[in-house]
Amino acid sequence: MTSEEPSGVRDIAVVAFAQTDVRRTTDELSEVEMLMPVLHSVLDRTGLKTADMDFTCSGSSDYLAGRAFSFTLALDGVGAWPPISESHVEMDGAWALYEAWTKLLTGDADTALVYSYGKSSPGSVRDVLTRQLDPYYVAPLWPDSVALAALQAQALIDAGDTDEPALAAIGARSRRVATLNSRAQLRGSVPQGDYVVRPLRTGDCPPVGDGAAAVILAAGERARALCSRPAWIRGIDHRIEAHALGVRDLTDSPSTRLAAEKAGAFERPVDTAELHAPFSAQEVVLRKALRLNDSVRVNLSGGALAANPMMAAGLIRIGEAAARIHRGESDRALAHATSGPCLQQNLVAVLEGEPR
Amino acid sequence: MPEVLKAPLVVEFPFTRSLGPVQSAFLTGLRERVVLGVRTTDGRTLVPPVEYDPVTAEEIHDLVEVAPTGTVTTWAWNHAPRRGQPLTTPFAWVLVRLDGADTALLHALDAPGPDAVHTGMRVRIRWAGERTGAITDIACFEPHDGEPGQPSGSHGELAGDRVTGIVAPARLDYTYSPGRAQSAYIAELSTQRTVGERCPSCRKVYVPPRGACPTCGVPTAEQVEVGPRGTVTTFCIVNIKAKNLDIEVPYVYAHIALDGADLALHGRIGGIPYDQVRMGLRVEPVWTEGARYPDHYRPTGEPDADYDAYKELL
Repeated sequence: MTSEEPSGVRDIAVVAFAQTDVRRTTDELSEVEMLMPVLHSVLDRTGLKTADMDFTCSGSSDYLAGRAFSFTLALDGVGAWPPISESHVEMDGAWALYEAWTKLLTGDADTALVYSYGKSSPGSVRDVLTRQLDPYYVAPLWPDSVALAALQAQALIDAGDTDEPALAAIGARSRRVATLNSRAQLRGSVPQGDYVVRPLRTGDCPPVGDGAAAVILAAGERARALCSRPAWIRGIDHRIEAHALGVRDLTDSPSTRLAAEKAGAFERPVDTAELHAPFSAQEVVLRKALRLNDSVRVNLSGGALAANPMMAAGLIRIGEAAARIHRGESDRALAHATSGPCLQQNLVAVLEGEPR
Repeated sequence: MPEVLKAPLVVEFPFTRSLGPVQSAFLTGLRERVVLGVRTTDGRTLVPPVEYDPVTAEEIHDLVEVAPTGTVTTWAWNHAPRRGQPLTTPFAWVLVRLDGADTALLHALDAPGPDAVHTGMRVRIRWAGERTGAITDIACFEPHDGEPGQPSGSHGELAGDRVTGIVAPARLDYTYSPGRAQSAYIAELSTQRTVGERCPSCRKVYVPPRGACPTCGVPTAEQVEVGPRGTVTTFCIVNIKAKNLDIEVPYVYAHIALDGADLALHGRIGGIPYDQVRMGLRVEPVWTEGARYPDHYRPTGEPDADYDAYKELL
């Protein structure tokens, strides 16, 4: 099925990316109805059919829709006949992509379809996310996701790493550049608004929205055949920090730094970075952890402050970075995804295009 | 397109959780107004305590009491408390490093306003009046100007029964919408019609429709009325009565292929002794007054369907 490759390590690339418009509500669509156009779109870009895919992996969370095993229904959109090799992570699709990447590395598969989706409009995301917290000491207090991010923001302000006007500027910049991203939910000038949980205002927080994304991975010559300029994954790694918030230094993200180091991000400068920073203050933490200077174009898509479909926003970061390489707008890009409160878990991928 | 349906959906569950030895000591301590931390092998004291060192993953169990007073390490003002949170009036979320501890505990701080809160401020525990052995035995923190609090001298040797578990109720509220295809199906059911959707590619009719052909992975849209009669393709006999169910056991639960459908749906079989239900039995729906779906299916009296007629739908 796969050719021998001399180095022993296979080159694997993102060869296609598609995403939905992210919208505040999608009442008229079930999850599979929301997902299907994206699956068709990403397949169309390569001319492949589901049956051509060696592996399929998805990311989503039942807690968003309030419905058990919802990913099995979403599989209807893939078309699982003849039978397919399939897996699912109860996480952002960036981690599904990681699983697919390892599958391709083993040589078991040459192509993989990765997709993820989040329909968070049925519930209150702030409350839903409390269910991922330590169930003994933290979840019984119901601290919502904005509250936890606000504790991190205040720690950064106290440390002198940022202040409220600087945070507001991050949100404003994200939505300004998002005017060029027709998929984004919030574009252009948006009032900074009132405090949600001080020191975070509306403009420091991500919009709540529904959306889906999909990418196709391919190895070696297969990638070259499917894409004129594949986005080669030069490294990818993910790390997690202690669960207890009070054990961590919230002003830093050692897990992001370590993941970046293992992914090879510091070996040569990147020209582009797509950071998954749902809250403005988290971009401050990530820029520091990733040592990004002003020469790097950060979140030209608008990032998570312009559109943050749960479970898809991290995969979209990888997809956006890859798409810039596909279009020749970047030669070496970093993509980051996060999960959990206050940047608890972090994934970093380094993508490169071949010289033109 | 018919109106897309919406309905409130509540997901509620009381999670019963066991405690390990360290968590058990900590929560028993809170019940007795004693705060216990755990010491790591490198000498740090973790509060709240855990059973494994977050750095080395070593098992740790050396309990040590810390003071009920401490210092705020970061905070956030919550002007609009949400359901389930510790206080119903505006409060600050705080991470507090208790005196004697090296890590911080998350909780609420009762303060008159954000101007009364700052990082580094001194606070003390306000105990709940009734304590059960839970993190909520700490009602909240409150500002504290005085001396550091004194530990009670306890080393985890607490009076009374140890707390060995907690019940953590969870409740999430949703406004559920089943999407276009299932909304249309439910809307038709209200007129006692069962409608599926045909796949444009393989031509199969799916009931209930979900808007996609699970075989071909393409959208479905063409509505097809199926039934009302159908064929039992397979069945089981239920012998254990479910809670809050007023159906007498044993009863038969079956897969029923409605005429014209390429997928069997589930339904209960009535109007025939349970031990006479069989594959191939021809059935029809029985509606009760005001119901939104068939109560059960009963025999039509027709001859049984030929096995070849439904073998693809098993």
